[in-house]
Order: sequence, then structure tokens, then C-alpha cells
Amino acid sequence: MKLRHIIFSAIMLLIFPVSCDKMLDLAPHQNVSGTISLGSDQGVRKVLIGAYARFAGPSIYGGCILRNSELLGAGDECRWTGVFTGPRQIFMKQIDPANEDITSQWLDSYEVVSIANTVLSAIDMVNETDRDRVEGEALFLRSLIFFDLVRFYAQQYRYGELNSQYGIPLVLTPASRSEKPAGKGRDSVEDVYDRVIADLQEAALKLPNENGAYASSGAATALLARVYLQKGDYLNAGNAANEVILSGKYELLSDFKDAFNNDENSPEDIFATQITPQDQRSSMTEFFSVPEYGGRDGDIEILERHLSLYSPGDRRLSLFFQGNGAMRTGKWNNPYGVVSLIRLAEMYLIRAECNFRLGTNLGDTPLNDYNVIHTRAGLSPAHSVTLDDILLERRLELAFEGFRIHDQRRLHQEVGTLPFDAPALVFPVPAREISADPVLAGQQNEGY
Amino acid sequence: MNKLYLLIFISCFYPGLLSAHEKIITGAAGTAENEPAVRAVLLSDPGNMMFSETDWMNSIDAGEASGPEFSAEDMKTTGVITGSDDADNAKPVSDQPGQNDTVMTGYGIREKSLVTGSIVRVDGASISSAPVPTVEMALQGRVAGVFIESLSGKVAGSARMRIRGATSVTAGNDPLFVVDGIPLATESLNQSGAAINPLLPFNINDIESVEILKDGSAAAIYGSRGANGVVLITTKRGISGDTKLNFTLQRGFSQPSARRNFLNSEQYIRYFEEAAYNSDRYEGLDPVNNPADYSGSWLEFARSRFERYSGWAAYNDPNLAVNTDWQDQAFRTGSLLTADFSARGGNDNLRFFASGSYTSREGILISNGWERITGRLNLDNKVNRFLDIGVSLSLSGTNVDQIPADNSFSSPMQLVALAPITPVRDKKGKLYNTPITTYYNSLIDTEDASRKISNLRTLANSYLNFRILENLVWKNEIGIDLLNLKENCSYGKRTESGEDTGGYGFANYGEIRNISPRSYIDYSGRSDNFGISGVLGTEYQYTVIDNAWLTGQDFPTDDLRTLSNAGLISGSSSERAEYSYLSWFSRINFDYRYKYIISLSARVDGSSRFGKKSRYGTFPAASAGWVLSREGFLADAAALSLLKLRVSTGLTGNTGIGNYSYIGLFGTDNYNGSSGLIPGQVPNENLKWESTLQTNVGLDFGLFENRISGGIDYYIKNTSDLILNVPVPGTSGNRVQAQNLGSMRNEGFEFVLNTTNTAGALLWSTNVNFSVNRNKITDLGENSLIDEGSSVFMNVAMVGQPLGVFYGAEYAGADPANGDALWYVNPRDAQGNITDHTTTTSDYSKAGFVVLGNPNPPVLFAITNSLSYRNFVLSFMFQGVSGNKIHLAGDSFLASNATWFDNQTTDQLNSWKKPGDQTDIPQARLGYVNGNQSRNSRYVSPGDYIKLRTAMLSYDLPGSFLNRLGLSGARVYVQGHNLLTFSKYRGWDPEVSADFMVNSLRSGSDFYSAPQPRTVLAGISISL
Repeated sequence: MKLRHIIFSAIMLLIFPVSCDKMLDLAPHQNVSGTISLGSDQGVRKVLIGAYARFAGPSIYGGCILRNSELLGAGDECRWTGVFTGPRQIFMKQIDPANEDITSQWLDSYEVVSIANTVLSAIDMVNETDRDRVEGEALFLRSLIFFDLVRFYAQQYRYGELNSQYGIPLVLTPASRSEKPAGKGRDSVEDVYDRVIADLQEAALKLPNENGAYASSGAATALLARVYLQKGDYLNAGNAANEVILSGKYELLSDFKDAFNNDENSPEDIFATQITPQDQRSSMTEFFSVPEYGGRDGDIEILERHLSLYSPGDRRLSLFFQGNGAMRTGKWNNPYGVVSLIRLAEMYLIRAECNFRLGTNLGDTPLNDYNVIHTRAGLSPAHSVTLDDILLERRLELAFEGFRIHDQRRLHQEVGTLPFDAPALVFPVPAREISADPVLAGQQNEGY
Repeated sequence: MNKLYLLIFISCFYPGLLSAHEKIITGAAGTAENEPAVRAVLLSDPGNMMFSETDWMNSIDAGEASGPEFSAEDMKTTGVITGSDDADNAKPVSDQPGQNDTVMTGYGIREKSLVTGSIVRVDGASISSAPVPTVEMALQGRVAGVFIESLSGKVAGSARMRIRGATSVTAGNDPLFVVDGIPLATESLNQSGAAINPLLPFNINDIESVEILKDGSAAAIYGSRGANGVVLITTKRGISGDTKLNFTLQRGFSQPSARRNFLNSEQYIRYFEEAAYNSDRYEGLDPVNNPADYSGSWLEFARSRFERYSGWAAYNDPNLAVNTDWQDQAFRTGSLLTADFSARGGNDNLRFFASGSYTSREGILISNGWERITGRLNLDNKVNRFLDIGVSLSLSGTNVDQIPADNSFSSPMQLVALAPITPVRDKKGKLYNTPITTYYNSLIDTEDASRKISNLRTLANSYLNFRILENLVWKNEIGIDLLNLKENCSYGKRTESGEDTGGYGFANYGEIRNISPRSYIDYSGRSDNFGISGVLGTEYQYTVIDNAWLTGQDFPTDDLRTLSNAGLISGSSSERAEYSYLSWFSRINFDYRYKYIISLSARVDGSSRFGKKSRYGTFPAASAGWVLSREGFLADAAALSLLKLRVSTGLTGNTGIGNYSYIGLFGTDNYNGSSGLIPGQVPNENLKWESTLQTNVGLDFGLFENRISGGIDYYIKNTSDLILNVPVPGTSGNRVQAQNLGSMRNEGFEFVLNTTNTAGALLWSTNVNFSVNRNKITDLGENSLIDEGSSVFMNVAMVGQPLGVFYGAEYAGADPANGDALWYVNPRDAQGNITDHTTTTSDYSKAGFVVLGNPNPPVLFAITNSLSYRNFVLSFMFQGVSGNKIHLAGDSFLASNATWFDNQTTDQLNSWKKPGDQTDIPQARLGYVNGNQSRNSRYVSPGDYIKLRTAMLSYDLPGSFLNRLGLSGARVYVQGHNLLTFSKYRGWDPEVSADFMVNSLRSGSDFYSAPQPRTVLAGISISL
């Protein structure tokens, strides 16, 4: 009896663990390893969807990138009245380098860049028939992000000058997955624009004309028009805008208000972030709208000085509404609607502006293009047009859609009392980035 | 897994060891919290008694031995060790064989006199009546070197427990909890609000003892999970003899321990008009003296807001003005009800302990409460000479009325931000909401939202012990720890979540299955001079966590709350996570004549959480003790009853990182209805556990037959291979990478003194414990600073500093010239030394950050006094911490010199007014940031406190009276908890850590966190 017990227990102690050694091999259930993901056509295409999913995140193209432009450009036309200090700092132009909003905009942007780079690095795994599309979409997303980063975190491009001022780090390859990633210093503004333009040109060639809600060739060309315009390259901007208009793929809706709050892209949308009820609400609704429509408290009020810019009878004026004790823009009242990033109206306005500046009539006259937008708003057609008319029309048509600060800086307009190139109008490189990346530590923007 | 279930079983309640030295000790405890130490009585050695046997027997007669304890007779006959003396460690009762009490050591039990590590036993009786929800809270102040604080006054919330300081930056600093041999799964599955306390299901009255393994040699038997110390919770067992019944009933009330003063309506309007006007003047406008400036001015804006916030009232009409105290709206009088019964009895072959309890508690915050029902059956059956079987089985159901995390607008505490000029309700009685209220009126949640968390917890440890030889037992146990969670939240159409969704619902179902079989051989033997004992065994633990949730929106009415009524199921998910441990362990103890003691142990642990290259680790420990008072050369020192020197060293680990941290992962995310893959975690095959080597030297002493006793411990804990989430350049697409880098050191001493001051009719004893812990990060790899770069929270890890120090700008007061907030520039030279302490700037971005304080108190102390006279016992404990700071993160809104319309604390009225003013509060400027940046020494306050933590007066009904009623004991008592707080803290209560911002690194922030409850209760305990 005793002996049997002793033997039995000894056997138990020795054998039991050995037989269970495999019990320490537990694989994750919600994730897969990197080799599985990038080893197949299907895998790489799913990573591209992942890039879009992160692209649609709230702190970037889920809305905040548009909001931040409006808050940074805000003079006395709108006011941040929410409790969050991050947006308030942007609105007050008193930005702390540790500001959460500018930090997450940077980090989330580069996360998408990294995913896009991962796709590009594994592009050979994609079936040949689909490879151009996948590559084009990855290039498009990366270019859009680089362009917005350089607009927020660097001084304005000055046409005809050297533009050697700090731009943003152009990260073109995915970080090593096996060792501690190295930092990358800032490239010049000139280099960033060159890269963005080259990549968008390539994307426009590779992308299909029709691509559902995803980036199409038209989206790449339209974005090119915007990039050239920001640069001051009116010839190329006008050409690109003209190309988009002439493609006939997009059409202006007859009623201005139908261009907004749509669950899916409207015929006017060239590219838009898709938000579904399974996602977080769009940040534009969150901050521009009121609780009734899924907004927070009504964190951004539209002031009389903006409303007074519209002529009586302007249908765009009637889209504003009284909500939570102040006037609000009615463009963002669908929390799960698409966040329109590029719509056709912008192309008409770019073409009009460029033609006017160059004295050309590419595609159509500036007056006609102006009237397309002007009359759609329910106003009678103008008989003559000035550059100021076109710029005002642009400001009203695209109000609170994320254009404000970029236009002010492009047009060398004052923001409140600050000159367009005031250091306070450029986001700082986030503090966590300065401390995590020794290269960037010496490259902070002026004034921070 | 299946093989496993076939394999193991069973063990024991350690009868093998016990038989060697039968001894009888009891506290005449009853349910008294904080039982006087001197009531420990050794019946077998009358000479060592601290008061006469007559007194003792009288007290038995008088019902002193009521409560969960037993009569002297029981103890004599059974010889089961039932309890120790008091809550303090190093309180040697005696060093004589056969006269000691014992402590649990993990897979074993040991006489206290032979313990060479630092293990503290807290007797269950001393904490049983504590009006706190969980056992760790009841230990507060009772153990030297152990920091315990509840995060806030929310009921069911978590607590922080740090044994001899924190050891980790990322991998967790909570100790391992082991209940009746089962390593507890402490994951929280609830998603609404902060994590609820994982110890909530356990009934404190079921606890026989809590052992805290503090040093390396004691904790090393738990290997890779011992670095933060181990808490062994042992529940009561049956005793053969007549069945003893015990009933207790408690009823009490709570109030918030503190309130803050906020502006009333008149002050609010005056102050915000001032702030608005200041902003106008700051911009060069003067709307008061120059009417043309009025339109569009801040002043106009402020008045339009007053108008709006006034609702039906009128801020500028004294007849219609209101003055709402929103803080009052958030608080209420909480209540407490506990009813508990237990029975223990049995015969020589079958013994049982059974109990049931019901507890309910309403918190001091509106709509926050919990209730719990528990049942327990502990059985021990001696089948024959060779075989013992038994089980410890407990069931517990907990319902929590959860409230949101501290940073949520719907948290009741955030009501204090609302303007006093706003009425709570409109004329029809409906609660006001934005835009009338400044922010969401969370009272709407009380009416139209519910967050119900319901936990079922089952814990079963079955054992099968084979007595191979008289002193050689093969113990087999299987532990099952099951947690089932149901969480149902519903948000009506007026609530924050339900407003834009037509009502919102959330249902979450979770389960934890934690299975741990153990098998080990236990030997204990003694010849004339030599004692030898030891264990050798193996243990496996497999834990799987499943979770599935659904969200729905668009409900027909607020009354329909289940998701079947939702118009749209807007989200759903299911998730699973697993981890496992596979371990072998051994311990051998020797002693020679109870004088020279050596103990050696080792554990080999394998964990699924680490890569193949570093999956297994070995954790050895050694300790030695020398009982000097048994040496001949001290035999003449009559006053000396005990002098024992202890030395130990041991290696322990910490595996509290993610379950799959070493694997390179792709996660998933969706876009436009399609699923996508996201490159996530960076792989690190070399990732391994953090290791802590702890060396301890201790001295236990007793004088004058232990009327004075105590101990001193000194320790050094060096933790290496810290797992750090090292921030990497964000341009890489990642934020952090987990690496084994860096090291940390804790060094400290603990001092315990127990004295019996008078021992006549009046029995007065005092226990003091005092400890100091110096925590220092010694290495962070190539980084000297890990700063997550938040603009609101400022805990960082910095070389040369304690973990989690506050790091931010040093505030220099308001500029007397213009009221600007000033900051010290604190420029540094190349070596990082500050070169100039005087220069100030008004530009926050020019302020060099400096260390502003340590969130973890280095000094802990408690003093307990017990006085008993005839049938009365009075005991009270003062407990405190010192040397820490608290970051009032919420004050950057509520004490922000009117940066926005949040109501302000009244001290803000002292803001700068005119040139020449010397003040700490900058000029109030509505809309401007002027000195209210959160990372700012202005919002750092001393956290030292002394609290009258407990006070209790009890009366034992006289024996004659009891006899007539047929009772063996009855006690009535009144008790207070948190009665007084002495502190310089500016916020509500210095015992605080915002619940959404607490992890290994972050703690000590106060962000609209609820003050602790001050509780007064009355109780009765009856024994049959």
C-alpha cells in the first residue's frame, strides 16, 4: 500500500507536467501573426482595408482633421465653447506641444502611413489583376495624409521659393517589426510636396475610374488639384480640376443641402470617409452638431459675423439652425453619415480661381464656373466676377468643411490679429514625439 | 486540458503537519474588529497567560468567546489551531514548542516561531465586522509595509494594494491573491464604468486568516507571480463537537468624508463677469466704459450664458434667482446592511463549516450601490487512516449599480461643474439638460439610465489526501474558480448615450474559468533535536476568459430595456483570451532545537505569456533564523522572552503583462462594412518576466513575558528586466514596444510594537506599526524618462526617482504686475542640473518640467489602542500615510480662475485683481488658459493624512442574562469608520486615485473622484 502510493506519486509528479507542456502554447483569438497576414493576396488586401479603417479614426479623417482646420482658422466667425481643453487650445492658438488632439492627429496619421507602407512593401503578393488598384489606393491614402500633415505641422508653401523649411518626416517604408524602430527627421516642405504630387500622379494612373467608396482615379486627380492650389501652382491646379469636371463621373446636386448628411456618397462626393453605425460617430457631428443629432453639447457655435457674409436668399444660409442655444452649421447632423472630404463643388471653385488668376478659360470661364455654384445656392447669376467674389464663394460654399486655415494661409490672410505665417498657426511637433525621437528633438517648430 | 481533469485531485487542510504540535490558541474574539492582542490565551500553558485563568473563564462565561470562535472545551478536545492573536506581524507569542501559533506559508503551514521569512497573519476575527466591502480594505493599517487604499468613495470600486512598494512600471503592482489554495483570477469583465473590485464576492466573515507573504523567501514559492507579494486567504473549517451557531446583524449609514466649497449664485455671476471683462480688457476692449465694444465682447457672451443657464429662473432678478448646490445633488446618505450566519461543528470523522450572508450598501453617490449574497460549505472527511477528503465551496452573487468612471460627464461627481444659477428642474419638474445646464446633467442618468452588473462567483477547492506515513501526506487538490458576469445597461432617450440613438442598450456577458490542479507531497518530522519538513509538488493553472457583447439603439420607450426591443442592433462582438502556468515547487525546512532554522525553496514556472525562448524561469529562495533567546548565554536575561534574528533572500517574478505580448500581431478593424487587418503589436520573442530579488533581515523580540513585543524588518528589493512599453517614434506607426529594460529598487524598514499597558481590571493594549519604503527607478535602458506626454496627467517613470512621480511645470504664482500665471524656467545644464531657480516666465512652453512629487506615500503608520473593562471593549485605530502628493487634475477645471463656465471653488475668488496684488491665483480670464494647465505644481497638493480609521465600542451581555436566554454569547457594538481625517489636502479626500487613470505607472490623481464614505454603524452578534 505505502510503496504503491510512493511510486504512484513520484510518477504523477514527473509525468503530469511533461504531458501538459503543450498547454503553454496558447495562440491569440482576436489577432493573427504577421506572417499569416502578409503572406497572401487576400491578406494584403485586408491590410489595405485596415488602412482605411484607421484612416477613418475620429482624430483624423473621421472628422477632427476638418474640425482642427476650422478651429485653428477661427477668428470671430465661430467659437469653441466646449469643455475639452485640446480643441480650445487650437481655437485660442495657445497650443501646448502635449495637446492630445495634435498628438493623436500626428500618431494616427503615421499609423495609417505605416499600414499603407506595409501594403506597398507586400504589393507583389497581390494578384496581378488587382495590384494596381491596391497600390494606387495605398499611395492615395499616404499622399492625403502627408499633404494634411505638412499643412498643419509646417509653414505654408511659398510658390517660387526654395521651401527648405521643415516639412514632415516622409516615411516611405514600413518600420522593422523585429527591432526598435528608428526615428526619421523632417523633410523639407518642397520635398513633401514633390513626393505627394509624384505619388498622386502615379495613383491617378493606377486607380480605376470606378472604385465604389474607395479611392478612385478621380479622387487622386481631385486631390492633386487641391495640392497644386495650396502650392500656388494655378496652372496645374486648374488642369487637374478641369480633368475631374470633364470626366463626367460626378455631378452637382440640384439642392445644396442634399450634399450633406448622407449615409452614402452622393453623386457630388469625389471622396469621403465612410462611417457606419458600427463605428464611432463622426467627429464633425460630435463637435459641430448638438445632442439632438448625435453631437456633444454643441461645442462649436457659429457667430453672426459668418452668417452676415451670406446674401439674403442664399440656400446655404438656411442650412444653419438654432440648436442648444446658438447657431450651428447643418452640414454635420448625421453622426453615421459620410464625412465628405472632396466634393465636386470644390473643383469648380478651383477651376474658376485658377482661370481667373491666369486669365484663361480652360474648360469654362471663371464667371460660368462661379455661377454654377452661385445659382445652385438659389441666387441669381452674376454678370461679372472678381477674384474676391470667387474666394468669397469658396468660403461660403465650403464653410466648416475643413478648408479654413489652409485657405487663410494660402491667401496670406490674417487670422484674428495673427499674420498668416504666425508660428502660433502651425501645430507643434507633439511633445511625446520630441522625447521619443532624438532626431525630431532638434526640429521643433518656431515658438514651441 | 482533459487529461488534467483525469489526473489530479485533492488536498487537505494540512492535518498532517498539525498533529506534530497540538496547541490551542484562541482570540476571545467575537466579531470584534481589532481584537485586543492580550486576549490571546494559551490554555495549555497557564504560566504564559497574560491574565489569570479565572479572568479568562469569566470572560468565556461572559460571552467573550462568542462570534465565530469556540469554547475552551472545544479547543482542548480538538487541538485545531483556530486563530492567532492580532493583526500584526512579528508578534511572537512564544518560542516554546507546542505553544506557538502558526501561519500559512503557501502549500503548507508553519509554526510562527520557526518562520524565517516575513509573513504576517491577520486573524479573521479581527477584521470580520469591518464596514468595508472587500477583505483587502479591511487590512488597511493592520500590516506594516502594506499600502492599501480604496480608489474613491464609489462602492464596489477597486483598491490599490502595494506590499513593500511597487515593483513594476507596466506589469502590475497588485499582489497575487490565493483563496484556499486557488490562485484567484482578478480580471474584471465589466465595461461600464471602472473595473469593479475582484474581491467583492468574498464574505469577510468566512475568513479564518489572511497571511501576507512580504519577503522574497516567503513569496518565492509562488515564483513568477510573487514579486508583488502574496495574500493567502484561508476560510474557516469545521470543528468537531456541538454545532455552534453565530448570527450577526449590522446596520449603518455613511456620509461623504468631505465637501468642497463652490461659488454660490451671487459669487458665480460676479466672478464670471469679472473674468469676462478681464478677457475683454486683455484683448484691448472695454465693454463697460465703451458701449461700442459691448457687442461681441466676452462680457456680452458671459451674460448670454447666464441667461441661458438660468432656465426659468433669472440670474439678475433677486425674486427669480436660484442657488443650486450641485454637490448636494451628487451626494446622499448611504446605508449599510449586513446579515450573516454561520455554523460549525462535526465529529472526529466529519467536520463542517457553513455560512450564509447578505450585504447591501447604498453609496454616498446617487444611484451607486451593491448587494451580495454568499453561501459557503467547507467539509472535511476522514475516510480512514489513510485518506482524507474535503472541499471548500463558496457561491456568491453580487449585484452592482454601477456609475461611470470619474472622467465621464455622466459621473455624478461632475455635477459640481454645473452653474449654481441653474435650477435642477424646469417648471414641469423635468430635469434640465444642456443647453440650460452647462454640461450634461447626470441626474438624468439616475432617472433614465441603469448600469447593472451582476456577478456569480463559484470557488471550489476539493482535496484528496493520502497519508502515506504518519507524517508523509500526498495532497491532491483541484481548484475551480468561476466567474460569470452579466452586465445590462440601458440609457433612455434623454441620457447622454441615448439622446442621439433613440435610447441605447448594452448587454455584456462574460465568463472566467480558472482551473488549478495541484499535487504535492508534504513531510514533517522531528527527532529529539532536529526538525525537518518540506513539500515537493506541481501545479497547473489554466484560465480562459470569454466575453460577448451587444449594443442596440432605437427603443420604442424608455421602459423597454432589453435588446430584443431595439430597433437596431448596432454592434456586437465576442472575444476570448487564455493563459496558463505550469509549475513545480519544493521547500525544505530544517531546525535544530528550535534554535537554528533554515528554509530553502524553489519554484520552476512556465507561462504561456512568454515566447519559447524564455518560457520557463526558476525562482529560488533561502532563509535562516536564530532564536537567540533560547541560547544559554541569554538564559539569565529573565526579562527577555523572545529574541529571534531572521535573514532571507528570494527571487520572484511578475508576469502581469498582456496574454500575448511576445507575438507580433495583426488586429482587426472594419471599414465600410468590410473587415480589415491592422499591423499591431511588434513581436519580441525574448520577452520574459520581471525578476525581483529581495533580501530581508528581521528581528523579533518579546520582553517581560511578551508584555512588550514587536519586530523590525529591513529589506532591499531589486527588480530587474522591467517590462517597459518604450515609446518609439510615432512616425514608425507604433507608439510603444514592450521590452525588458531597466530596473527598480525598493528599500525600507518596518517596525512593529505591541504593548500591554495595563493588565488589571482595565486591560489596555497598544499596537503600533510604522514603515518606510524608498522606491527608486535605477535604470530605464537608453531612456532616462518615460513620459506618455499627456497634457492632463503627469505620472512619469524617471531614473533616480520613485515610480510615477508627477513631472510638470513649476508654478510661480501670479505676476503682481498683470496677473499672468508665472512659471519657473528651471533651465538645465548639460548634466541636467537646474542652473537657476529664480527666473520666471509667463510662457508655459518655456517652463522646464521638474519633479513635483511622489504619488505613493513612502511612510505608512497606524496606532491601535484597545481598552477593555468588565464587559466593555473600546478600540480605535489611527492610520496615516506621509510623504506623498496628489495631483488635483480636476482642479484645472473646477479651480481654474474661470477659464470656462464650470463652477469654481470659492478660493478662486482670491485671484489677481489689480497691479501689486500678491496671490497664487492668476487673473480670471474667461476663455483663456491662464495658469490652469493641468501639468502644473499649482494643482499638486500634499497627500499626507491621519485618519481615525476605525473606532468601536462593544458590550458583551453578562453570562447570567445569556443563560436565561439560552445563548452562549451576545455582543452589541457601535462602530465608526473614517470618522476623522486630518490632512492639508485641498481636494475632497486624500485617499484617492481617479479610477480611469490608475495602472502600474499612474496613480494619485484626483479627477472628480468621490470622497471616501464616513460610516457609522451598530451591530449585534449572537452565538448559540
